[in-house]
Amino acid sequence: MGIPYSYSFRNLWTRRLTTVLTASGMALVVFVFAATLMLTEGLQKTLVQTGSSDNVVLLRKSSNSEVQSAVERDQASLLESQPEIAVGADGEPLLAKELVVLINLKKRVGDKPSNVIIRGIDAASLKLRPAVRLKEGRMPRPGSAEVVAGESVSRRFKGCGLGETLRFGMRDWRVVGVFDAGSTGFSSEIWGDRDQMMQAFRRPVYSSIIFRLRDTTAFDAYKARVEGDPRLTVEAKRETQYYLDQSEAMAKFLRILGLVLTVIFSIGAVIGATITMYAAVANRVTEIGTLRALGFPRKSILAAFIIEALLLGLCGGILGVCAASFMQLITISTMNWASFSELAFSFTLNFSIIWKSLLFSVVMGFVGGALPALRASRMNIVEALRAT
Amino acid sequence: MAEVSEPIVRIRNLSKAYRRGTQVIPVLTGINFDIARGEFVALMGPSGSGKSTLLNLIAGIDSADQGSIQIGDVEITRLGESELARWRAGSVGFIFQFYNLIPVLTAYENVELPLLLTHLSRRERHEHVEAVLNVVGLADRMDHYPSQLSGGQQQRVAIARAIVTDPEILVADEPTGDLDRVSAEEILLLMDRLVHEFGKTVIMVTHDPRAAEKAHLIRHLEKGELSVT
Ligand SMILES: Nc1ncnc2c1ncn2[C@@H]1O[C@H](COP(=O)(O)OP(=O)(O)OP(=O)(O)O)[C@@H](O)[C@H]1O
Ligand SMILES: [Mg+2]
Repeated sequence: MGIPYSYSFRNLWTRRLTTVLTASGMALVVFVFAATLMLTEGLQKTLVQTGSSDNVVLLRKSSNSEVQSAVERDQASLLESQPEIAVGADGEPLLAKELVVLINLKKRVGDKPSNVIIRGIDAASLKLRPAVRLKEGRMPRPGSAEVVAGESVSRRFKGCGLGETLRFGMRDWRVVGVFDAGSTGFSSEIWGDRDQMMQAFRRPVYSSIIFRLRDTTAFDAYKARVEGDPRLTVEAKRETQYYLDQSEAMAKFLRILGLVLTVIFSIGAVIGATITMYAAVANRVTEIGTLRALGFPRKSILAAFIIEALLLGLCGGILGVCAASFMQLITISTMNWASFSELAFSFTLNFSIIWKSLLFSVVMGFVGGALPALRASRMNIVEALRAT
Repeated sequence: MAEVSEPIVRIRNLSKAYRRGTQVIPVLTGINFDIARGEFVALMGPSGSGKSTLLNLIAGIDSADQGSIQIGDVEITRLGESELARWRAGSVGFIFQFYNLIPVLTAYENVELPLLLTHLSRRERHEHVEAVLNVVGLADRMDHYPSQLSGGQQQRVAIARAIVTDPEILVADEPTGDLDRVSAEEILLLMDRLVHEFGKTVIMVTHDPRAAEKAHLIRHLEKGELSVT
């Protein structure tokens, strides 16, 4: 048995001011680390939740997003009559040919313009998105210049509130409803009648086709057949995959940003921990000599100081994760780089992030404490005992 | 009577020098010294004469340049570092001038510390710690931290820690050096009891003639050599 853990713990407690100060430095790093992970997680969760795994998105080959895609009418009618498409309770196929356009709207606060997705919807569009529920007002009547706005857009953009009027496509559009789409990307969209929109934007082609699979396992065969058909120029993706791909650029950027910030900050925090631990060793030279004289081997001393540093790191980690958990209250809106439209999402904390953050803090503690602990373990007993 | 039995400490031709740069400072030169089991020895001599150095060598925390030290049946000058640490844990009790208790541990935990290096169970450790705290008369203070104890009490806790593993020898470097007369007297009485009642061998470095009086044997160290008074 070695030196008891309480020895390491109580030493941290005895100098609690220094401990808290050093741990705060580490907490800051853990906070940045956790916050970027939470941001990435929130972004991906939002985008992935937007999709549903038995929905298929058809886009023109090599277009990264619905905004860039175009599906001609003759291709659309061919795609409409495939056997894999599920049929709804009303006997109609669960398939929507949609138009997706970006428009520029001004924000309520600060008047800043930003891109918003306009989606021209089909009869089946709503049935294909179970996450979307009308919250206020009603759905647009087919053939009318009416729209419904996602909650997030409605709150943040001028003219998008219930009863307000928007101008785009050289027409005025009345907002007759607000829909709630949970934390999905649809919250940041405006929906209206597709044919009205195609006219207004003078678009002869659809942007994308979305349908539900009758049997979700049939996807691979369907994809191979459709993509191999010489009459078609489309690409099929599961909706979940489509949105995950959309988030990849942003997620990658966030990960790199997080990594850079974390590395820079952690150098500071690790140096802080090293200084604190060196001071701890210097203050306890006689104590170390005494423990060694009593017969504790070098490795016990090493372990005691390493444990002290790990605990110090863990304190920082817990502080940092606590601080980061408050970030969940904040909703971020940012440019969705794939479609250049606004996307609202929140910092999302999960166990994997907590676990990674705490592990990271403990690793910082270890790196910071390694050299001081090594010095402590290498002391000459007699010299240590003389140092009074 | 002690002379009849085998000596517990047998020092032969022991030398030790310190090097400061190119300068060599001889501290001990060819010391020969036997200590019988159950002896109470006082080491005296002027400051810088090497008393602490000799004591540290006997206690196995310093290494000699030449010669041998045998304690019981173990020639400690032949042991490697980790063997020496294991040997110290079981065979030597340390008493320091400034007590050297661990400030963040209670009296009980300080005394228990050397037992953590043994295979004793928690229960057995408890019995040992309680027993030695009773010997030094501080069983009622076992939950106190060193800072809550007087100097004399701290030294008694340190003595309890030194004897808890029932070692063969006790080494004490100026154990009363930091204490007032009354406390010093108590500590010396306690050490005397350890020798007479518990049959310990005590080697004590001291400047204080009153402390030395308690010993059976006084040795003077001067210019690296030992002499009998
Ligand atoms: N690490 C070291 N490096 C160099 N010289 C040392 C070292 N340790 C001790 N010395 C020298 O060795 C000599 C003996 O030291 P030691 O501590 O044994 O003396 P002492 O008899 O215990 O003295 P005091 O009564 O003052 O405690 C001294 O001259 C001291 O300066
Ligand atoms: Mg000395």
